Amino acid sequence: MATSEKNTIEELGISKDYQYGFHDDIKPTFKSRKGLDESVINEMCDIKGEPDWMRQYRLNAYRIFKEKPMTKWGGDLSQLDFDDIYYYVKASDRSERSWDDVPEDIKKTFDRLGIPEAERKFLAGVGAQYDSEVVYHNIVEELDKIGVIFLDTDTAIKEYPDLVKKYFGTIIPSADNQFAALNSAAWSGGSFVYVPPGVKVEYPLQAYFRINTENMGQFERTLIIADEGSQVHYVEGCTAPTYSSESLHSAVVEIVCMKGSRVRYTTIQNWANNVYNLVTKRAVAYEDSQMEWVDGNLGSKLTMKYPSVYMMEPGARGDILSIAFASKGQHQDAGAKVYHCAPNTTSQITSKSISKDGGRSSYRGWVDVAKGAKGCKSHVVCDALILDKDSRSDTYPVIEIGESDTNIEHEARVSKIGEEQLFYLMSRGLSEEEASTMIVNGFIEPLVKELPMEYAVEMNRLIQLQMEGSVG
Amino acid sequence: MSKDLVIKDLQISVQGNPIIKGLNLAVKQGEIHALMGPNGSGKSTLANGLMGHPLYDIDSGEVIFNGVDVLELEPNERAKLGLFLAFQYPTAIPGVSLANFLRLAVSAVRGQSGNGSGEDHLIPMREFRRELRDKMKQLGVDDSFARRYLNDGFSGGEKKRAEILQLAMLEPKIAILDETDSGLDIDAVRIVGESVNKLVGPELGVLIITHYPRLLDYIRPQFVHILLDGRIVESGGWELTQMLETEGYDPIREKHGIKEE
Repeated sequence: MATSEKNTIEELGISKDYQYGFHDDIKPTFKSRKGLDESVINEMCDIKGEPDWMRQYRLNAYRIFKEKPMTKWGGDLSQLDFDDIYYYVKASDRSERSWDDVPEDIKKTFDRLGIPEAERKFLAGVGAQYDSEVVYHNIVEELDKIGVIFLDTDTAIKEYPDLVKKYFGTIIPSADNQFAALNSAAWSGGSFVYVPPGVKVEYPLQAYFRINTENMGQFERTLIIADEGSQVHYVEGCTAPTYSSESLHSAVVEIVCMKGSRVRYTTIQNWANNVYNLVTKRAVAYEDSQMEWVDGNLGSKLTMKYPSVYMMEPGARGDILSIAFASKGQHQDAGAKVYHCAPNTTSQITSKSISKDGGRSSYRGWVDVAKGAKGCKSHVVCDALILDKDSRSDTYPVIEIGESDTNIEHEARVSKIGEEQLFYLMSRGLSEEEASTMIVNGFIEPLVKELPMEYAVEMNRLIQLQMEGSVG
Repeated sequence: MSKDLVIKDLQISVQGNPIIKGLNLAVKQGEIHALMGPNGSGKSTLANGLMGHPLYDIDSGEVIFNGVDVLELEPNERAKLGLFLAFQYPTAIPGVSLANFLRLAVSAVRGQSGNGSGEDHLIPMREFRRELRDKMKQLGVDDSFARRYLNDGFSGGEKKRAEILQLAMLEPKIAILDETDSGLDIDAVRIVGESVNKLVGPELGVLIITHYPRLLDYIRPQFVHILLDGRIVESGGWELTQMLETEGYDPIREKHGIKEE
């Protein structure tokens, strides 16, 4: 870390443990009371001015949520108290389209995260989520011209009600799981993307997410529809402030890949160590379309996330590339699910995990081939790197095959940083920490090379921060 | 002042077994030494012990490099002093390009990587790229080498050439070549030998550790030592390699009363 940067963080009186863990003293314009019930939901709908169908959708989801038992599998959720969370916080009254309109204190936070630079470099639409509401949302004119819709989901419901209503909750119904139900009841923000037939968006669409109110839940809702033959790459990156009490992040991401389309969804998450990150991500892929999830999980207390692809028609393809880094006190329960519902569909799962300082990473995967879905191919590779003897890695693969004419491969490897690798690099002048960091960065290179450049740089820097002080 | 590597009465064991049993040797900058010995004589143990491999235990003796006892130093500190080991079996580091690795290594040995992280501590990219390109050209190494992952999927010959390229970039004072000719066909030995030859000069001392004399046809040593059973039993000049070529190690074993292992 550069000296000046260090000073700034120290002057602010913020723990150095988490470099991006600062938070600004922002006064939310509205903050619900803790906990969720029908009156909180009604109040939220009133403030947002939502149509009645959404109010009913939320209330119905809330009833489902109340009936669902606490999730028992995956990680330890016993410390999670649903009544001790704010479900709706609004930092600013309206969505902003221009940087000049963004309030000064919010700008300051964005500045420290380097978002203005990112915007200058990538003149795509920037949707930056601040608290539960998108306060800054800039769509470049080109997107409008080619008919691409890129809005925060709240605005999309008002401007494109029919389109949103047609797909919202169809990929991930409220009853899918406990956290999908919770999100469906309490969601706020997130992105809505529609790409018209044949349109290829040349640059990644980016959204930044941020939690900034103590005990605040964050429940974004993202819906992406890629119409026939279209192409889009959506990128989200997260940094979060450090707080002493628990925080919950529970997003739902739904994606529709129509015939011949191609969607890539890239996530880099670096949650503070007290965040529960319980996300449901699912895509349906129709004829000859391709869905790619690129998912990098750092930080958080517990992450449970298994991006999935349902291949509904012949020729569909699903690729999932995920990396998890579990450090002290962290459990990364990440993985992937692919469902081959039609013949001649193909999937590739690549999962890499790193565990250090007692951290635990688990791969939880599901490969399903339906009866009659002939000629499917699936290839799963799980690579785990364990940095010390206190750390742990597990794999929980499930393969359900209803069709004999199919080709499934599963490879799993667990490795430790070898003494020979360390000695080799150190004999060339690298310190033990530099050598370990280099080996870890090499290990995650297959993910990093898929990222837009500034994310690749940030990812390598995050790994470096994670590795600092890990030796000796 | 010339930088010397002086080894005094060195004893090294591996998992409790003594391998090097009292070895004395001095290599000066600008000199080329060959240390020859049959399998099991302790050649690689010496090489790894000198560089500080954690699995090799130093039981006694001194290794003084440029006036400093290096036995207490970490391998990276030895590298910064100007000691280099070309490995017999270089390890693969998947995902790390040769160029990225070398930039960090070169910055480290030149003292630019004081605090470990950040661009500020690295030698400027343009300067590094120019230097790397020049050295690759000098050694006849293909440009694509720089982008490939370090030793990952390299052939035997490519690994050895990558080692010599690292030697060229890191500009050590003393380089130990551990069986650099092993596993190479005759053309590869010639290429590697000629590469090393381009690097030798008054600034570089070389200790070539080898089983066969064939690499020495390309790099002519001034001093030749024979290692048997963990000790140097004969030292001389070129004539020793000639003798080994015709008679093998048996007459020397007999002379010193050492049984073949």
